[in-house]
Amino acid sequence: MQKILSKPESLKDSVMSYCPGCGHGIIHRLVAECIDELNLREKTIAVAPVGCAVFAYDYFNFDVTEAPHGRPPAVATGIKRTNPDKFVFTYQGDGDIAAIGMAETIHAANRGENITTIFVNNANYGMTGGQMAPTTLIGQKTETSPFGRDPKRDGYPIHLCELLSSLEGTAYLERVSIYNPQNIIKAKKAIKKAFQCQIDGKGFSLVEIISNCPVDWGMTPLESIKWTEETFLKEFSLGVIKDKTNV
Amino acid sequence: MYNEIIIAGFGGQGVLLAGTLVAQAAIEQDLHTTWFPSYGAEMRGGTANSTVVVSTDEIGSPLAFNPNALIALNEPSLNKFMPRMTEKSVIIANSSIIAQGTEYKIKPYFVPVTEIADKEIKNVKTANLVAVGALIKALEINCPADNKSDICELEKRVLTLKSALTACEKAFSSKPELVEINKKAIQAGYDYIK
Amino acid sequence: MKILMKGNIALCEGAVAAGIDAYFGYPITPQNEVPAYFSKKMVELNKVFVQAESEIAAANMVLGAAATGKRTMTSTSSPGMSLKQEAISYMAALQLPALIVNVQRGGPGLGNISGSQADYFQAVKGGGHGDYRLIVLAPNSAQEMYEFAYDSFDLAEKYRIPVLILTDGMIGQMMEPVELNKTPKKDFIEKDWALTACKGREPRSIKSLLMRDGVLEKHNINLQEKYKLISQNEVQYETYNTDNAEIIVIAYGISSRIAKSAVKLARQEGIKAGLLRPKTLWPFPSEIIKSLAKDGTKLLVAELSHGQMVEDVRLAVNGKVPVEFIGKAGGGVLSEQDLLNKIKNLK
Repeated sequence: MQKILSKPESLKDSVMSYCPGCGHGIIHRLVAECIDELNLREKTIAVAPVGCAVFAYDYFNFDVTEAPHGRPPAVATGIKRTNPDKFVFTYQGDGDIAAIGMAETIHAANRGENITTIFVNNANYGMTGGQMAPTTLIGQKTETSPFGRDPKRDGYPIHLCELLSSLEGTAYLERVSIYNPQNIIKAKKAIKKAFQCQIDGKGFSLVEIISNCPVDWGMTPLESIKWTEETFLKEFSLGVIKDKTNV
Repeated sequence: MYNEIIIAGFGGQGVLLAGTLVAQAAIEQDLHTTWFPSYGAEMRGGTANSTVVVSTDEIGSPLAFNPNALIALNEPSLNKFMPRMTEKSVIIANSSIIAQGTEYKIKPYFVPVTEIADKEIKNVKTANLVAVGALIKALEINCPADNKSDICELEKRVLTLKSALTACEKAFSSKPELVEINKKAIQAGYDYIK
Repeated sequence: MKILMKGNIALCEGAVAAGIDAYFGYPITPQNEVPAYFSKKMVELNKVFVQAESEIAAANMVLGAAATGKRTMTSTSSPGMSLKQEAISYMAALQLPALIVNVQRGGPGLGNISGSQADYFQAVKGGGHGDYRLIVLAPNSAQEMYEFAYDSFDLAEKYRIPVLILTDGMIGQMMEPVELNKTPKKDFIEKDWALTACKGREPRSIKSLLMRDGVLEKHNINLQEKYKLISQNEVQYETYNTDNAEIIVIAYGISSRIAKSAVKLARQEGIKAGLLRPKTLWPFPSEIIKSLAKDGTKLLVAELSHGQMVEDVRLAVNGKVPVEFIGKAGGGVLSEQDLLNKIKNLK
């Protein structure tokens, strides 16, 4: 019998702790496939966040370190600067990257650190039980915005890719989603391109992945996919925000 | 032997460098020495200073509680440190910018170091070393051969014209073009006091 | 040959001789000589210098470099030290060797930029969250800034623990003759825990989130066993004239120099005074202090604070002899005369 699909070598044979219908599992697999296809596994040192993906080191089958909340870009800077021959990426959520760690994100990007960031945007803080995130939509109800996000009190959703695009040090910024197979294929292409950007020494690359969080959104997985397509993506339009990889 | 020397003035008058010259001369004689600067915000405003301690024994505090020599390159510095001076202290005051009319607890040697640096040495930045030269001569005058006080021990072992000129060579070893002009400045200060 | 050098620069020279791979820092007075030095030196050595966007980022860059087994350090002064505590707690938990330097200034808050010793509690009791210790070294001269920085990396790696050099603005800013007498270190042994990418071996992870029943408890017990070992092996102190002393001054860092001068002055006046100087603040030299606390002896602790190390001295003697205190905080130092007067009053 011919085996046509198997688990990527870059994923361990472990049970993931993600909620039913959550996008992290898909994104982990895409990352692992790209690492395998680019033959990077034995060169990789990754940085796990604080947030839903905090256990990433239990799932990825390569070297991974923990970082304090929001600090992966600084930790990755320390790793990559002292190990320029290694492949270094961070895996972060919206609270990690765009709230508590915004300074680290902006400055790593601005220094043009030759690292890659996988940014999973699911519009809320999943791990802690669904509180408001910097990317929570206007009017979206969360644990800490029970009447809906009010810009007068809470400000506006942050568009990180657009924010970073003005920085000279960023080489490749793309926003993708994984709510259907077509977009999953696109997401994988973006991740691979971002990784290649680092291999080619072009500077900071980031892929923002619009993902779903059915449990904390209070939806079934199917409803969460529908909400992503009809509402979430109205605020965060998909596409390449910046591409200097051919320069 | 235990001596505390303060060199003070406006930032940019070279008070830190002049202090290191004294400390360097002390190292050449295998003595214990510390140099301590005023730093940070203190230097952005009025006065900057450096304190040099030279001793035959280990040094505790690098600060000067009982200084026995002072170079004051401006008036605020002279006023600031005058209360700590004793009858044994030797003081050089920059009369180019300090009025000589005021009554001081201890009478300084007034030396127009800025003018000497500007007119004789043709480099106003050497005023600090003109003052060091003047201090050496003033100590020499105050220290006859039989005087065994701490400050006179310092005068004999560290603050001689010869050792200052040698320390000057070391201090400017990375900028050889400045060695001669600074040696000239030390000599000019030394020669001013009769 | 002795070279006239600032304490802060001597510290840098020691780290370079120890084979430092990377320095990460942020400007703050009175330690600015350190990042300035490395910004030049590391380029010459083809090694890493990054001026981070914050104290927090600098400490986390150290965490990253340390996780890959590199010799790395950061330096700061008191307000910056508060910001670094997050990463320090993580590094303690992750058992990452690194050097952290606090050139203390006056606090609390923004305070001032004078030398101070008011961060003792933060340094030795665990300034961040959780149950952890750092090895804390307290140099009292430019020479020791050089030597302690040189030794700190070996010590950190031996126990897989961050080492903190707790010094102050006076020691950092002061120039003294320094003998650069250490042999440059190289050819380090490979670390079997470091993240070097998994070529030819199983993947490694470095983590402190231990959620399964009993795992964190076990981790904490392991840490405590390590700390016990360090306490047994790594205590360093200096005694001066303590043998027949009736009054023993206990002081570290800049205060210990002034204390030594005051002890000498007291001896000249016929007072049997002595000095104990902890060189390691953690592990603390409790045993020697206990043994010095004989009946009839008085202990006097001198610090540039309103009394922090004095608490550890009191714990060590456990009420056996009186422990007096003299301190000054917020700028400047105790004078030798201040200390001598206090010694005389105790007589």
